[in-house]
Amino acid sequence: MINKTDNNRAWLLVVPVVVLVAFSAIIPLMTVVNYSVQDIFDPQTRIFVGTEWFREALLDERLHGALGRQVLFSLMVLLIEVPLGIAIALCLPRRGPWVSFCLILLALPMLVPFNVVGTIWQIFARADIGLGGWLMTELGFDYNYTASPLDAWLTVLVMDVWHWTSLIVLLCYAGLLSIPGAYYQAAQIDGASRWAIFRYIQLPKLTNVLVIGVLLRFMDSFMIYAEPFVLTGGGPGNATTFLSQQLTTLAVGQFDLGPAAAFSLIYFLIILLICWLFYTAITHLSTR
Amino acid sequence: MQESGFKKRYILLGLYLLAVMLPLYWLLNMSFKTNQEILSGLTFFPQTFTLDNYRLIFTDAAWYSGYINSIIYVVMNTAISLAVALPAAYAFSRYRFLGDRHLFFWLLSNRMAPPAVFLLPFVQLYSSVGLFDTHLAVALAHCLFNVPLAVWILEGFMSGVPKEIDETAYLDGYTWPRFFTTIFMPLIKTGIGVTAFFCFMFSWIELLLARTLTTVEAKPIAAIMTRTVSASGIDWGVLAAAGVLTIIPGALVIWFVRKHIAKGFALGRL
Repeated sequence: MINKTDNNRAWLLVVPVVVLVAFSAIIPLMTVVNYSVQDIFDPQTRIFVGTEWFREALLDERLHGALGRQVLFSLMVLLIEVPLGIAIALCLPRRGPWVSFCLILLALPMLVPFNVVGTIWQIFARADIGLGGWLMTELGFDYNYTASPLDAWLTVLVMDVWHWTSLIVLLCYAGLLSIPGAYYQAAQIDGASRWAIFRYIQLPKLTNVLVIGVLLRFMDSFMIYAEPFVLTGGGPGNATTFLSQQLTTLAVGQFDLGPAAAFSLIYFLIILLICWLFYTAITHLSTR
Repeated sequence: MQESGFKKRYILLGLYLLAVMLPLYWLLNMSFKTNQEILSGLTFFPQTFTLDNYRLIFTDAAWYSGYINSIIYVVMNTAISLAVALPAAYAFSRYRFLGDRHLFFWLLSNRMAPPAVFLLPFVQLYSSVGLFDTHLAVALAHCLFNVPLAVWILEGFMSGVPKEIDETAYLDGYTWPRFFTTIFMPLIKTGIGVTAFFCFMFSWIELLLARTLTTVEAKPIAAIMTRTVSASGIDWGVLAAAGVLTIIPGALVIWFVRKHIAKGFALGRL
């Protein structure tokens, strides 16, 4: 840990970031706050309505449904991607000609734009023209993601696992590489089991990178929009309508600015709260 | 014993990589097929190999301008993000100053803001300052999530550089800007590369803001792809070809950073 010196002139170095982020975050956020307490008919006619939109949003059943699906989705994403990512990272070779090859293949899905991910899976999972859908049918499943809510849900989940597990893999792989070979030799002399090596040598080294991975995956899966939008359009019914899509429907589709703004603020606060809880819990655990 | 352990590892890895590649292969496969073949049944290789889908994209300005627009705003965003994040990350890694912790968490909280929340305010804000439908608007909007991330990653790398280096340089009579550009930045060049990679990645794959903030002039490829849906159905072949072309810039970037992927992903925090 670096020993930092007190110096308030360091603010000068931070000013550009503060100005830029203030322009693209504070002004829009204040606009949202402004909307959330008004009823807007047109730019000239606005009525102050206080907390009415907040009360309405908190009692809105569509919001409850979307929130429930969202929490379940993010939880499943973390439960699958983190263990799978660690497992794949452990399987990767440490050195040799294949390392670069494997890493490039792993990194590829991450650089596919969100909507193209949706397109890829649309093409892949359709039962009539897609390899995945065809395979599922051949294996005897009655698979159709456009009609069955469960199939749609699972397809969105598999799509996210496909897209983002690599992030966890690469983070963990970087963590594993930093473990000195002497640690393993010592463990071998002690006759440590494979599990003991993982638990007491590898896992502690992974804590830091896993914190980053879990936080990034949580934030991004909680904001998921374009992938299910392209793949399922939020359907069938609203089985795969998550919070962002519910919000855009309200704000852009129905142009209900007030309620949409109140919804936005609640949405943002939920993310902030959960991330803060995550962050304090994890840092608390790792310092103990 | 050791041998069989090795083999199991590689079988699992191989299966996973295969699963990752299958959907991409299918996209590539489909981009070389005619629509007639796509709809008439499942074929594992294109029976009538065609480049027509690609030809359409490369000859129609409405198509290929989308790629150019996307690349322009992504590069602008990466440059802006790095330029403002570098000094800030240095300040956070070296100094204690009034409100530094709060400022840092506030910055990070912007990375958590769902783009959907900022959609309408952004449209109004950029319209009122005359930036709507320009590349700069999208580049600035993407700073919302990329600048905090850049500061976060760079701070990790910078904290790994011993402070004695700064102090020695100051004693040798270096001014801060000269020290920073000629000594410090080369020391953390892996970190800068990784940060640029992350900025590029998150800006390149974002769609919602990019699509909403543009109408004609700076329309990204992601929005143009919806053109393939028409009254007569979806033009699958062209859609697949357009998809393949969106993956190529990303693949090129990965190729350039392949040597640094392994170490760089630790983000300096080990």
